[in-house]
Amino acid sequence: MTWVNAVVQGILLGGLYALFAAGLSLVFGVMRLVNLAHGDLSILAAFLVVAVVDAAGFSAWVGLVLIVPAMFAIGYLLQYTILNRTLESGELAPLLVTFGIAIILQNVLLEAFSADSRGLDAGSIETDSIRVTDQLAVGWFPLLTFVVSVLLLGGLQLLTSRTRVGRAMRATADDLRAAELMGIDHRRIYALAMGIALGTVALAGVFFGMRTTFFPSDGPVRLIFAFEAVIIGGLGSLWGTLVGGVVLGVAQTVGTQIAFSAGISPGWGGVLAGHLVFLAVLAMRPTGLFARTQTT
Amino acid sequence: MTLLRLDGVSSFYGDFQALFGVSLEVEEGETLAIIGANGAGKSTLLGTIAGSVPVSSGSVVYAGQEVGRLRSHTRVELGISLVPEGRRIFPSLSVEENLLVGSYRKRPGAWTVRRVFELFPLLAPLARRAGAKLSGGEQQALAIGRALMANPRLLLLDEVSLGLAPVVVKQLYEAIPAIAGAGTTIVLVEQDIGQAIRAADRVYCLLEGRISLHGRSSELSREQITTAYFGV
Repeated sequence: MTWVNAVVQGILLGGLYALFAAGLSLVFGVMRLVNLAHGDLSILAAFLVVAVVDAAGFSAWVGLVLIVPAMFAIGYLLQYTILNRTLESGELAPLLVTFGIAIILQNVLLEAFSADSRGLDAGSIETDSIRVTDQLAVGWFPLLTFVVSVLLLGGLQLLTSRTRVGRAMRATADDLRAAELMGIDHRRIYALAMGIALGTVALAGVFFGMRTTFFPSDGPVRLIFAFEAVIIGGLGSLWGTLVGGVVLGVAQTVGTQIAFSAGISPGWGGVLAGHLVFLAVLAMRPTGLFARTQTT
Repeated sequence: MTLLRLDGVSSFYGDFQALFGVSLEVEEGETLAIIGANGAGKSTLLGTIAGSVPVSSGSVVYAGQEVGRLRSHTRVELGISLVPEGRRIFPSLSVEENLLVGSYRKRPGAWTVRRVFELFPLLAPLARRAGAKLSGGEQQALAIGRALMANPRLLLLDEVSLGLAPVVVKQLYEAIPAIAGAGTTIVLVEQDIGQAIRAADRVYCLLEGRISLHGRSSELSREQITTAYFGV
């Protein structure tokens, strides 16, 4: 039963990873930009909610509602003013600039909030659970995270496949110059995609902050997990990203369980198992489990 | 009324100068052909009108407004649409989606997906097929239809016949009177002189980046055109 429990918890944890990965996947799909500040931006969002909660005494949920649009605006402006320029100057520039933004964010957060861990209080939902059997309980909060993740990815799927703006994003991803000839300003499309991505990353960061405590230095690890989810699922496939998150989550919880049974440090066992599954997928199916198109 | 006037337009393709002070006028409602050999600067010329190629000197005046510095997506809003060389269909989008993307910044007008399917009946059964899976002729029809979806006032067609079987080229050219009949001004670039002269009211010939001849297509002799085309 402990194994069933590990798998169930892993699937739900995968929802959180997919939430982190959705924006990364969207941005890479639309503009081939690898945003190395993705994880740190999620932690920034969590700290912004901390600031709002501290300053105004709102609940973390109200903070979330305020910070998601704020992160959308930050993403739009960041892309429009800085990142669009980097995309015009070769493949290395966006990597270096987003790496720089990551370093700046970590240090600004350290200055502003100190190195102490913080947490966000989501209320009683954090600890409430549904008892399935005597040995298996499903927490409301992980379940909510998973449902939000599915809704978000479904929403992004609808946006890209059914709406005018979504079609413009796919057209721009296909052929930038031809899209310009259709009257599409790719700089605005990119800005919009980054805005949406940072809105989702705010959601991810705040759910993470409600689930566990967090530090200003937590960004890079979030980025790596998000990357692993995207790569396992396959580039360019949003549902693949969800599956990738779930595979990673299950690998980690089952790995933790294995390490626990073997008497090794369970925390490290889980992270290691996640990385090993990622490497195994990369070795056997480099395009990921659900790659829609062959990337060259 | 003059819809488009180029005055002394020069343009560079990298370090190579492709256009040397080209001047031409296009009347509203006419169909104009630009002919010339490979490398004469025809596509570059269309690019300077559409905004995909920068103008280094000279002016491009469209509907009384200088547009030479505007980016291409802005020119689409003003009514200039280019069907680019090589069609540039969006490969991962379906035929219908390609057409809908064409209407992203559309001006008021009558073109709809249904009307494009009436103009090019071969596209209608392919509505859900991915752009990547079309034949060359289907792609060209789609590229023209996609440009029409913006309801352009000035439609620029680059090498419609390139790489297509003569029977397909004939079908595509049969659509041109219908497009012009709706009031759209057309500038087309062709290597196929016969096709261009049949379709156009007037012809400009480009030779090594300069206008070597222009006149009404009905009044130009074959010798005049051959001389202007090859420069011999």
